Amino acid sequence: MDAKELKRVRLVKRVAREFPDGSIVNLGIGLPTLVADYLPADRTILLHSENGFVGLGPQAEKGKEDPRIVNAGGQPVTIVPGGCFFDSAMSFAIIRGGHVDFTVLGALEVDMKGNLANYMIPGKMVPGMGGAMDLVVGAKNVIVAMEHVNKHGEPKILKRCTLPLTATAEVDLIVTDMAFIRVTKKGLMLEEIAEDTTVEEVIKATDAPLQISGHIARF
Amino acid sequence: MKPILTAEKAVETIGDGASLMVAGFMGCGNAFTLIQALLAKGSKSLTLITSDTAFPQVGVGRLVTEGRVKKLITTHIGTNPNAGRMMNAGEIDVTLVPQGTFNERIRAKGAGLGGVLTPTGIGTAVEEGKQKLTIEGREYLLELPLGGDFAFIKAEVCDKYGNSFLPMATKTAAVSMAMAASRVIVEAERIVEPGEMDPEKVTIPGLFVSAIVQAVLPASNLQQK
Repeated sequence: MDAKELKRVRLVKRVAREFPDGSIVNLGIGLPTLVADYLPADRTILLHSENGFVGLGPQAEKGKEDPRIVNAGGQPVTIVPGGCFFDSAMSFAIIRGGHVDFTVLGALEVDMKGNLANYMIPGKMVPGMGGAMDLVVGAKNVIVAMEHVNKHGEPKILKRCTLPLTATAEVDLIVTDMAFIRVTKKGLMLEEIAEDTTVEEVIKATDAPLQISGHIARF
Repeated sequence: MKPILTAEKAVETIGDGASLMVAGFMGCGNAFTLIQALLAKGSKSLTLITSDTAFPQVGVGRLVTEGRVKKLITTHIGTNPNAGRMMNAGEIDVTLVPQGTFNERIRAKGAGLGGVLTPTGIGTAVEEGKQKLTIEGREYLLELPLGGDFAFIKAEVCDKYGNSFLPMATKTAAVSMAMAASRVIVEAERIVEPGEMDPEKVTIPGLFVSAIVQAVLPASNLQQK
């Protein structure tokens, strides 16, 4: 595992620790999907797949794909014992109605008010929001899991988002390769940092002002 | 009893400019045989109402790729680059709708409701031009019903009254679309006699269904990209 991969694993492991026993969790495409591989073995956590089931299991083995079950990205997957299928109306009633405990999504930008931009870059990338807007508005807890800075090394945690918003004031937690940040009514609270960084480095890599918790844990 | 038609016959009345709802998600649950028949018929300038545009050569994605769609109402086009390219070139008019809203608008149409109130999209580009209402202190967008001339539904089993069983993750928006389209065509892998199907296993009540077609194409090319 290279250094970048190790950082990603550390990040998703930290996210996975947030889910209490019995949680219903929806994982977005990309980095958040990796969280599924690190769910604590001593807890029962059911993954919700917005195309129509809870109990999302691992990808189907080659040769054993069933065309009747895919994940939200269209890949052949499986369902675990205890899972169940439903239609889209039910799936999004579960989401919007507040019955999903956690949604974990990537972000292009997130800001100090908990605003999230993760679905389009005007003129460049316009894939559509899919289920993201409903998930962010409806889930009880919204966790952004992402690299702390973009590929140009610029902060993604801003005073104010510049890209079109997915939703306003819905993000609760931001977990990155560098930091664990809680969105509070008074702004962003830095609670934990990664084992290979410092508070100063996190502040430098963050555009939004950070309040620093009295006790900074390491992850 | 509902008419059992060939796919060619079933799509005969879907002319240029028709609005068509296609159930499924990333190709999973698309009615491959009916889509193939519609491509062969050559109808164009369609209004396509579907969850996503799947992959370029898979299911509903082919209607986009082959230039049959003029207006697209959907939630996600990211896995079919043709849709984005045609949108940027002005060849397709694309309306992107949040997925939960997409389904509830269709359900509202089928359920005789004048619209739905949803918090999804408040404070985003989605709210532009829409009426907002405050209910018990929370802001909601009024989203209007969405219907179609035709719907394509894929079922595993369908009895001759049209009662349909949609397995696993193929249910998608099919139930809502079956309620909201004027003419609903079910493509079934197995067509059985009334009574052969456990009434408890019916996903879509037959009363919504207009015609039944035997599936010919298998849904096995799901992962083709």
